[in-house]
Amino acid sequence: MSLFLIAALPFLGALFPALLIRAGRNAAAASAGFTTFLAFVGLLLNAPAVLRGEVIQARLDWLPGLGLNTNFFLDGLGLLFAGLILGIGLLIILYARFYLSREDPMGQFYTYLLLFQGAMVGIVLSDNILLLLVFWELTSLSSFLLIGYWKHLPEGRQGARMALAVTGSGGLAMIAGMLILGHIVGSYDLTVILQHKEMIQASPLYLPALILILIGAFTKSAQFPFHFWLPHAMAAPTPVSAYLHSATMVKAGLFLMARMWPVLAGTPEWFYIVATTGLITMVLGAVIALFKDDLKALLAFSTVSHLGLITMLLGFGTKIAAVAAVFHIINHATFKAALFMSAGIIDHETHTRDIKRLGGLRFLMPITFTIALIACLSMAGLPPFNGFLSKEMMLEEAFHTSWMGSPYFIPGLAVFAALFSAAYSFRYIVHVFLGPKRHDYPAHPHDPGTGLWLAPAFLVFLVIAIGIGSNHIVGPLVSVAAGAVIGGELPYFSLKLWHGFTPALWMSLAAVTGGLLLLWLHPRLSKMWNAAPRPEAKVIFDSLLGTLTRASRGVTDALHNGSITRYSAIMVAFTIAISLYAYQSGVASEATRAVQQAGALPVIGWICLVSATGFIVLNHRNRLLALVLIGVVGLIVSLSFNYLSAPDLALTQISVEVVTIILMLLALNFLPKETPVESPLAIRARDAVIAIVAGTGVGGLIYALMTRDFSAPSISEFHLANSYKGGGGTNVVNVILVDFRGYDTFGEIIVLGIAALVIYALTEAILGSKVRAYLLNRKPDSPQDGDPHPLMMVVATRVMMPLALMVAAYIFFRGHNLPGGGFIAGLIAAIAMLMQYMASGFSWAAERQKVYYHGIIGSGVLIAAATGMGAWLAGQPFLTSAFGYLHWAPLEEFEWATAALFDLGVFLAVVGAVMLTLESLARLAWQPGMNSEHAMDINPARDDAAKLKEEV
Amino acid sequence: MILYAAIFAFGCFALAILMNLWKVLFADAIADRILALDTMFINAIALMVLYGIALGTGIYFEAAMIVAMLGFVSTVAYARFILRGNIIE
Repeated sequence: MSLFLIAALPFLGALFPALLIRAGRNAAAASAGFTTFLAFVGLLLNAPAVLRGEVIQARLDWLPGLGLNTNFFLDGLGLLFAGLILGIGLLIILYARFYLSREDPMGQFYTYLLLFQGAMVGIVLSDNILLLLVFWELTSLSSFLLIGYWKHLPEGRQGARMALAVTGSGGLAMIAGMLILGHIVGSYDLTVILQHKEMIQASPLYLPALILILIGAFTKSAQFPFHFWLPHAMAAPTPVSAYLHSATMVKAGLFLMARMWPVLAGTPEWFYIVATTGLITMVLGAVIALFKDDLKALLAFSTVSHLGLITMLLGFGTKIAAVAAVFHIINHATFKAALFMSAGIIDHETHTRDIKRLGGLRFLMPITFTIALIACLSMAGLPPFNGFLSKEMMLEEAFHTSWMGSPYFIPGLAVFAALFSAAYSFRYIVHVFLGPKRHDYPAHPHDPGTGLWLAPAFLVFLVIAIGIGSNHIVGPLVSVAAGAVIGGELPYFSLKLWHGFTPALWMSLAAVTGGLLLLWLHPRLSKMWNAAPRPEAKVIFDSLLGTLTRASRGVTDALHNGSITRYSAIMVAFTIAISLYAYQSGVASEATRAVQQAGALPVIGWICLVSATGFIVLNHRNRLLALVLIGVVGLIVSLSFNYLSAPDLALTQISVEVVTIILMLLALNFLPKETPVESPLAIRARDAVIAIVAGTGVGGLIYALMTRDFSAPSISEFHLANSYKGGGGTNVVNVILVDFRGYDTFGEIIVLGIAALVIYALTEAILGSKVRAYLLNRKPDSPQDGDPHPLMMVVATRVMMPLALMVAAYIFFRGHNLPGGGFIAGLIAAIAMLMQYMASGFSWAAERQKVYYHGIIGSGVLIAAATGMGAWLAGQPFLTSAFGYLHWAPLEEFEWATAALFDLGVFLAVVGAVMLTLESLARLAWQPGMNSEHAMDINPARDDAAKLKEEV
Repeated sequence: MILYAAIFAFGCFALAILMNLWKVLFADAIADRILALDTMFINAIALMVLYGIALGTGIYFEAAMIVAMLGFVSTVAYARFILRGNIIE
């Protein structure tokens, strides 16, 4: 099966449980199980080739410019991890079906689980570090959803947030590290990077890259000092803990270290950072685990400890240690997943996970007892189970490793950790299952149904099988996986129970004996432990996060206090400062253009503009007056466009002005008519200074720009030369809009449509809220005069309507060759319709408007898109236009261009967007009593007697 | 000849625009300002048409036509706003 499909299957499958939950919980679980099974089978189909030593690749360029390619590869390490993820995933799906209760949304659970599974499979199959990072972040996000699955539990939410914060920030560091790595090698492809060990280790950027990548791996794999999130993530449902925290997510960091082992390991830096961190984590986790009374907390810290063990082995940097690490990854996944599931069963049946309240369960829950016993003995490192084998290998390696010249440091601490590890494993058995039967269990304990114990039973079967027949069962897999980690010649190793009286055996014996002793001492030690002061990670984390939140909020509030005056002041002052710096550090060329003489007409226009603007500044608190003065500015700007030979712009400006004024007046209806004076004089003076400086600066810039030629040749010449040849139109502006830059226009009409729809949605939200009552009972600010629908106006606008639409059609059709086009035509048509709203009233107009404006926007965008796609039929890229000439008998010869169809899309989108926006605002002002059955207010023939009577 | 006529007309309408501007800026009532603005639109139509005549081109006609056709809409909107507060009832 293609690697693409294997990676994609969980994501595709994630859709089904959420939908199929309506067909029942079995259907949801079955769909999740089926897709996982398919992917697992697909993986197994590739296994023989990988076991022969081949590397299977699948490549697809995604964004080659960025070095981001969808490349996957499957080697031994990938096979091992993908097998663990999918295989244990299957067992978890089975287990979760029976674990979750009726109240839990199971469809959601399986969807999250499959999303997570897909992200994990993506990580282990990625052959591109950028792609790997994408999946890495996806695991952080999906695990957040899974850990916080029980949304009603505060611990669940807090644990999820903590996990996301820690692993997310680690991921951020890793992105930087990976980018550095890619920069050193010059490729982001993993298979290429893995070939360049010398180049990477010789680079001065090796250490920063190493540290950043390791931060990512350590946070994910809960290594000291980032280990604290893992126990808090135990608030998740047990299937999640079993999956994420034994077999998958926390192993992602280990996977990454193993993956990068060939190029990063082998240096003293690697050894001291990785091995030391692993060692500390292993010891710390083991010690804390012994004193935890919550079953899952005990398992969580034991997981931390075992992850530390594997990290330490990878950190040793020797080949045989890497083999041991790979082997322990398999073993840990099997016994730890089984233990988590058994803890879940105990919790499920006795309703408590507190060890102090348990004991004597061996008679009540014999099956669970058997499962837990085997898994625990494996965890403690006793023969003939698989944990023994890898622990022996670890101790053997530790025995041969010296740290800072001391040969006893690492072996001593390793035995110390193994001792605690044995102690907490025994404690799990002795304090939970052995001892006398009690009478105060919160619920009556008994063995669960088959569905619940089948998955852990299968896992402990593996524990025994691997323990006894390791060379046959997992030998080949360990060989290829370790071979992939080492990336070279595999050292001799033998996975067997008896190696003779080696130092490791004595160390093991010491650990087990010591473990039993520790357990005997446990009650006394526990008292001392609980009395001793120790740092509480959650408190530290919360206060750290609180400080950060306060600090960022402080910065945000200082910059963004909600007053637009302050935003503008900060932004403009900043711009001035940068510009000043640029002005002082740069050089301006000499002015090359002569200053022209201004004629009388431009001077008059200038007088109008300047005096109107000045008056706006003086009278800006009177909002209506400011609007009237803006009308003057708009008019003069339109005239200037005409004068400067831009009739297209003039047409657009005139129609936009009208729509803008109507929009502003509609809004002003709800706003105070005067802007109140809110800031003190000093601040206003400060703002005035900023404004004057910025205005002068912009003026100076424009002057400088206009007295010089552009440094690069302008593209205007190209457009002028190609407008007719390439686009079939003589109006260059329109050809640019619908042809040369058609893609921009297409994007713009979509944005315009979205903006209009958002305004509509906001209006709906306002009208659906409590504000509606206020709006309906609003009194006008000043007394109302005149008629709402005056006769003169109604008649005039109705006569205007067909004329205006005709003009719109005229402007539309001439657009390709003469000033005009879809945008202007759309505005004219919209104004023609607005006139009806204004004159005859909202109700009258809305009643006669049969087509929804949403539909008009949508059809506009669709027509534009369809026109663009039509080019595909001719084998051309999107939005390539075509044109030609037609001659129909009575008509003169005329031109056709596909661009006109595109322009029709623009036209419709503009009409729809403008009308939807203004109609939405107008709806806010609607009040009862505005509905009139008469279109006009003065109608001599009207008989209002009946209606009046009714109202009285 | 037509050029001289156009220049004379330019002078008249430009003067008219300046007078409109005076009224927009300094009138007592807001209604007067709006009316002055409306008159300004009308004078602008004249200027555009004149400009086309002076240059011998018809390219500015559409702009003039649209100001003539739509320019009054904003005046109506201002007027409705003063009278009724709400321009779409």
